[in-house]
Amino acid sequence: MAKFDIPKLETYLKTPALKSDAMSGDGPFKANADMQKSLGFPGEKVDNWQQVAIEKMGETISKYRSIPVFLDACVKCGACTDKCHYFLGTGDPKNMPVARQDLFRSVYRRHFTFAGKHFPKLVGAKELDEDMLDDWYNYFHQCSECRRCSVYCPYGIDTAEITMAAREVMNVIGVGQKYCNQILGKVKKIGNNLGMPEPALRDTLLDLEKEIEEDTGVAVKLPLDREGADILLITPSADFFAEPHIDGLIGYAKVFHQSGASWTLSSYASEGANFGMFIGNYDIMREGALRIRKAALDLGVKRIIVGECGHAWRVAYSFWNTLTGIGGGASDEYALQLQNQLDQNYPQPQHIIEYTYDLIQKGQLTFDKTKNDHRTVTFHDSCNVARGSNMGGIENGQFILPREVIKAVCNHFVDMAENTIKASTFCCGGGGGLLADDLLELRVKGAFPRMQALKQSEEKSGVNTLAALCAICKSQFTKVLPFYDFDPFMVVSVHQLVSEALVLSEDHSQEEVELYNDASTAE
Amino acid sequence: MSLMSILFIVFFYLAVSLCLVGVTLKVIQYASTPVPLKIPTAPAPLTKLGVILRMTREVLLFSSLFRASKWTWLFGWLFHWALVLLFIRHLPYFWPGETPELLRQAEPLKYAAFPLIFGLSGLLARRFFVDRVRYISSPSDYLLLLLLIAIAVTGALMTFAHFYPDMGMVYSFTEGLITLDWSELPSEGVFMAHIFMVFILIAIFPISKMLHAPGVFFSPTLNQTDDARKKRHISSWAQEKEKNSKGG
Repeated sequence: MAKFDIPKLETYLKTPALKSDAMSGDGPFKANADMQKSLGFPGEKVDNWQQVAIEKMGETISKYRSIPVFLDACVKCGACTDKCHYFLGTGDPKNMPVARQDLFRSVYRRHFTFAGKHFPKLVGAKELDEDMLDDWYNYFHQCSECRRCSVYCPYGIDTAEITMAAREVMNVIGVGQKYCNQILGKVKKIGNNLGMPEPALRDTLLDLEKEIEEDTGVAVKLPLDREGADILLITPSADFFAEPHIDGLIGYAKVFHQSGASWTLSSYASEGANFGMFIGNYDIMREGALRIRKAALDLGVKRIIVGECGHAWRVAYSFWNTLTGIGGGASDEYALQLQNQLDQNYPQPQHIIEYTYDLIQKGQLTFDKTKNDHRTVTFHDSCNVARGSNMGGIENGQFILPREVIKAVCNHFVDMAENTIKASTFCCGGGGGLLADDLLELRVKGAFPRMQALKQSEEKSGVNTLAALCAICKSQFTKVLPFYDFDPFMVVSVHQLVSEALVLSEDHSQEEVELYNDASTAE
Repeated sequence: MSLMSILFIVFFYLAVSLCLVGVTLKVIQYASTPVPLKIPTAPAPLTKLGVILRMTREVLLFSSLFRASKWTWLFGWLFHWALVLLFIRHLPYFWPGETPELLRQAEPLKYAAFPLIFGLSGLLARRFFVDRVRYISSPSDYLLLLLLIAIAVTGALMTFAHFYPDMGMVYSFTEGLITLDWSELPSEGVFMAHIFMVFILIAIFPISKMLHAPGVFFSPTLNQTDDARKKRHISSWAQEKEKNSKGG
């Protein structure tokens, strides 16, 4: 099936012996000149690339405190060395978090520290030469920015920050990755990662409405660009077309229908995922977030809710307020305009899981849990939700809420091994801009620790369903599960489980709700 | 005064100055570098108090390291705490005039030398024998451990193995460094080696990985409150950017 060895699933997760250069190579496909230029980067590698790169490193060091602190503080204790899923799956020493950072750190030491300038050999300082750049390109595209290493580091050193900084430096010298930069170009031009224009999106949503009505007999709507709606749903564009994502989208729609909410999608901001984070570029990330801000202002919504997408939720939860003022507590004029429009009785932005969870708590949703009785479900904590966000505003809410939602709609739920979930969760193997076909070997091997834990749960508890709340996780698992002899259809959206168990009632159609709302306002 | 005494005295002030100036510059650099985004890592505290508790656990107990690797934690934690105890134990040498009663009772802390040497040796052994740790080690990583071990061993020799220096001379030399009332350096080789290596350790503090000590307090993944939705967090340079692009 594959041209590479697939790691064997054993009873316990073992730390592999070092296999030098096991994953050496040219890295993923590079972005062409057009893709680079569309993002404002040089079309090809600039002549004085070393000088430009070092200058960019200097700029990054002066703008992001995490970089100098993380580069200086590492004591090479080795705590992180056996924590990265790519290392566990490949044995390549350069996939140990500290060794990956050292590719960047050694150049930092050479150019920015006293010891590295004067005693390079002593402290492992190295020049940024062609070989080093090749290693940068290859190995900084073998990090999914999942932050698992940061949880174990005594100084909280987060390799994701270093990877982002390195990718940014590479982009600035004209060496970009095709997958990320091509996608970012599409968002910039059309508004979503797929490059799906408004008419296509509208058709898709109409088809979905038909499908739901055929299935359930209830007219559940998926409104697009509906001005004056209360809720703007921002979801990864994969939800519009990919399996099993689309069943999650149906789930959100049913929940909105059942709660009687007036909601809408936006064709202008039809993308929740923000690949600007993957390449560590503040401006591009901000541009993506500003599309959402503009859509929210244009449509006049009061709430912004984010669909199931790991990196989207990290950017939304942790960064949107910073980037665009979507959130609360701003004092500057810039952010106040939006904040005044948004209803601050709700967290802004809010996750669809938080929304559904609240409705469940209030007893506003009725479930027939037996609809999911053929499933024994386990939950994959998506890395960026687990380690880059929160839900519900309670400590560890990002672990609690999704599980509570699943338990409310399924009778059989079990967790995987403790050291592979929650804060210690393993990345699916395809995050951080690595969900490219040209990285298939890396993706299969990177999924190994998760597959191992899944296998254990399958054998012990008969798990046959893997629920996730991230578009990348869902795509990645669908692709790699068969390599480990699992059924690719065992992956589901959390809201697919909700969708299947949710008892719909007719009397909540959108029109009627509006009539009701109008009537109650009139009173 | 002998030339050697003068050299040691000069070296002491040089080392301490390098350390203070270097660390101050580094702290100023860290403190003045913006943190543009909220990046606390899990398990992220939602309140200031939570951050203080988290930091306390990290600094006093090495809680993340404990999760990561029990052996490294054991060696590292013993070494650091032994170092703290031995630092206290050394205070009487530098206390001008009469030593306070409390410090005089610090004498038994000398036994911390053994966990110190044990911890350091364990860390060194890991560097040699664990292939992953060997791979990430530079010469400086071994040398720093060897330096610390040599300091610990020379100290232990003077305390437990009859390599006693002239304690009267030691006190007047070390106290003199603080009171600027300099006296002759004790001439025992073990003592000279001990303090010489300590001076080196102090001098290289700001240009080595010992920067993890101030660094940990500036680590945004550890010291940030997870309240991004409630409070707008924005860096100076991003604010500037917003002003220049009106309305975004």
